[in-house]
Amino acid sequence: MIATDAIDRAILAALQSDATLSAGQVGRQVGLSQPACWRRIKRLTDAGVLVGHRIALDLERVGFGVTVFLGIKLAAKGRTSIGDFERAISAIPEVQSIHHVLGLYDYRLRVVARDLGDFERVLRRRIMTIPGVGDIESNVLLSEERLPGPVGRVIG
Amino acid sequence: MLDDTDRRLLRQLLADPGAATAVLAERSGMTQASCWRRLEKLTDTGIIRGRHAVVDWPALGYEVEVSLRITLEKNDPRAFDHFIFAARKVPEVTEIQTFLGRVDVRVVVIARDMAHYQSIYREQILTLPHIADLEALMTVATVKTNPSLPL
Repeated sequence: MIATDAIDRAILAALQSDATLSAGQVGRQVGLSQPACWRRIKRLTDAGVLVGHRIALDLERVGFGVTVFLGIKLAAKGRTSIGDFERAISAIPEVQSIHHVLGLYDYRLRVVARDLGDFERVLRRRIMTIPGVGDIESNVLLSEERLPGPVGRVIG
Repeated sequence: MLDDTDRRLLRQLLADPGAATAVLAERSGMTQASCWRRLEKLTDTGIIRGRHAVVDWPALGYEVEVSLRITLEKNDPRAFDHFIFAARKVPEVTEIQTFLGRVDVRVVVIARDMAHYQSIYREQILTLPHIADLEALMTVATVKTNPSLPL
């Protein structure tokens, strides 16, 4: 873990909102020269704080009209291999993320599909057929926003 | 609309968002100039909405991530708006999603440790307006996170 100050956090906020900004542009937003800002970005990258880019796509226009969050409970715990379950579920291309969680469910999944019919196909033929799958709860995503997190707000 | 070449390019872009245009061009079998033009067009038409830096919160000392599944009171038509407006102001909230289903809203909260989470939960989450019911799922491990699409 590295120590950060308010300027580092302002840099993180700026790059989270737009990763295409140059060190000079970010520097202007946070009140630093281009070289000073570049050094800070490099330090944050080397420390593993900045870990790459995320591309935001208009999913509907690339043909994926439906995103569903699934909560999955494993049935017959102990008898099904968690490793096998995780491998099988990871291999489904429509499954974008899998988190092992503690609480009402064992796993939380994010699934994309072309439409509700396509989602039903993925759910019934791919997910529900995996050994060990118990209770499933589906919630269809209506809207989503990502926030910069505890980085303060961009200065200026 | 997308053609097969666009799809190929988007697949490569999602697989390696940091790749240089020259690399993307080679991987999707096109010239650098046409790759650049296509990326430009996909961005101008709003299919590529943006490019965002990803922050690894554990590297900054935020070890705890909790997904809060929230049901809102249904007696006020503006409950969603009020709730989301207030949730946006909590600095430790990193994602807000709304749903059709048993859960109305999901909020992701990060914290340094369990004690820190406890104080955020008591002081900033439980005080959010219009909460009828709330369940917490604590993230133990990320098994897969892959933004690729079966394009």
